[in-house]
Amino acid sequence: MTMPKQQTTPRVPAVAGAGPAAGVRLTDVAVRFRSKKRDVTALSDVSLDVAPGEFVAIVGPSGCGKSTLLKLVAGLLTASSGDVLLGGERVTGPRHDIGYVFQRAALLEWRSALRNILLQAEIRRMEPAVARARADELIRMTGLGGFEDAYPHELSGGMQQRVALCRALLHEPPVLLMDEPFGALDALTREQMNTELNRIWRTTGTTVLLVTHSISEAVYLADRVVVMSPRPGTVTEIIEVGLPAERDYSETLGRPEFRAAAAHIRDLLGAVSAHD
Amino acid sequence: MSQSALSKRPAALVVWWVIAAAELIEAYLVPSPGATLDVLTSKAGYLWQHTWVTTYETLLGFAIAVVVGVLAAVVMVYSSTVERTLYPILLFAQVVPKIAIAPLFVVWLGFGIAPKILIAVLIAFFPVVISMVTGLKAVDPEMLQLSATMGAKPWQTFVKIRFPASLPHLFSGLKVAVTLAVTGAVVGEFVGANEGLGYVILQANGNLDTPMLFAGLLVMSLIGVVLFVVVEIAEKLLLPWHASRRDTSATTTF
Repeated sequence: MTMPKQQTTPRVPAVAGAGPAAGVRLTDVAVRFRSKKRDVTALSDVSLDVAPGEFVAIVGPSGCGKSTLLKLVAGLLTASSGDVLLGGERVTGPRHDIGYVFQRAALLEWRSALRNILLQAEIRRMEPAVARARADELIRMTGLGGFEDAYPHELSGGMQQRVALCRALLHEPPVLLMDEPFGALDALTREQMNTELNRIWRTTGTTVLLVTHSISEAVYLADRVVVMSPRPGTVTEIIEVGLPAERDYSETLGRPEFRAAAAHIRDLLGAVSAHD
Repeated sequence: MSQSALSKRPAALVVWWVIAAAELIEAYLVPSPGATLDVLTSKAGYLWQHTWVTTYETLLGFAIAVVVGVLAAVVMVYSSTVERTLYPILLFAQVVPKIAIAPLFVVWLGFGIAPKILIAVLIAFFPVVISMVTGLKAVDPEMLQLSATMGAKPWQTFVKIRFPASLPHLFSGLKVAVTLAVTGAVVGEFVGANEGLGYVILQANGNLDTPMLFAGLLVMSLIGVVLFVVVEIAEKLLLPWHASRRDTSATTTF
């Protein structure tokens, strides 16, 4: 299952939002929600620099603004203060040069798996033949082969999430944003998906920002892990994992670097909640 | 309909037959099933002619109600100003007893087909709007965020995501609306008409021709049932993905 880190298809021509991996930079970002009863500060003083092609995982207790952070990068939310840059450009509205995966697959139930993936192509007006070839490649890469014509209700949770992942990657986005994508899956499926995501990341070379509750998932997948504190969410510490890009699941979990990083993050999260 | 309800139908027929046969009630008040069937066959041409008129009014009223209702719902969902303006008017149009204003429509529009269709539209319109608004609002917010990241134009989001997602809700409204449209057309015929099943029933009532009255009632109910089934079949054909889900969640209506 080893694959060299290379482009397997020729670059899709003239598709809005496609391109080589892009960097993400957040500088002193704060987000405040105003409701009638009270003001809530979801994020404060968050600064983060993600290099092109890097895999960064974000962990933290519930309600620490992890999802808010992803929505800021996608331009689905606007920061109350501070700067968000994606590929060197300020994010001012919904960005099209990203792929987004939610915890729920959010598939259209009247479309087959393949046509759900191709929704991305239809809306972006990609060349149908190019989009189809790319979809076939992703379907093969994620092990969805044979399920192209299945409808979402006929697919397991893991399969549905694979479809969502293919859809997010169809236009070769410079940045992939994942909001607890495997949170609803059983442990075994989750491990499988982790291994696949590691391989897909190495194959596509895209930048990945992954929000997760699982410490081992974060350490297994990421180059760096951002640990956040509860509301108002701030960056507690950024941990360099220091494992090679290609990671065998069970082998990696036994490595001392993995254990050290995981233990450290667990301490940080424990300390944070104890302090709370 | 459940198994037990199905088995009660012949039972009801037997009760009707027994009541008539034993002459528990005078024949001019409740005709026997035989007499009713007799009218249905011997006056088939006459009944068919008026059935067609009522069906035509019902279908036209229903079609207008669907088009106007869906359009109104779309505009309301996309503009809160329109929603605030339109909702009170809609609600008022719904709570005004249509039977009470039906004579007014005859004064305004004459004895032709127009007042019947107008009443059918007014009665059938409300469930269409409400179900369509609910359907359009029930769309998964994450799906809308996704389409934003795809750079979807508003019309693309509507055509590819919102409209198809609203169809299951719309269809449950259509099933209510189509049966109400029959009532609307007949109410229109009651207050002033020279054709249609409403007219047939009024005539039969005036002549104390109860077998004909019962025959008219039966045919009228049959129109409603047939149209309801047609809408259900259309739903199954158009939304196979929805029907297959519904079968497992056991909320079947028929």
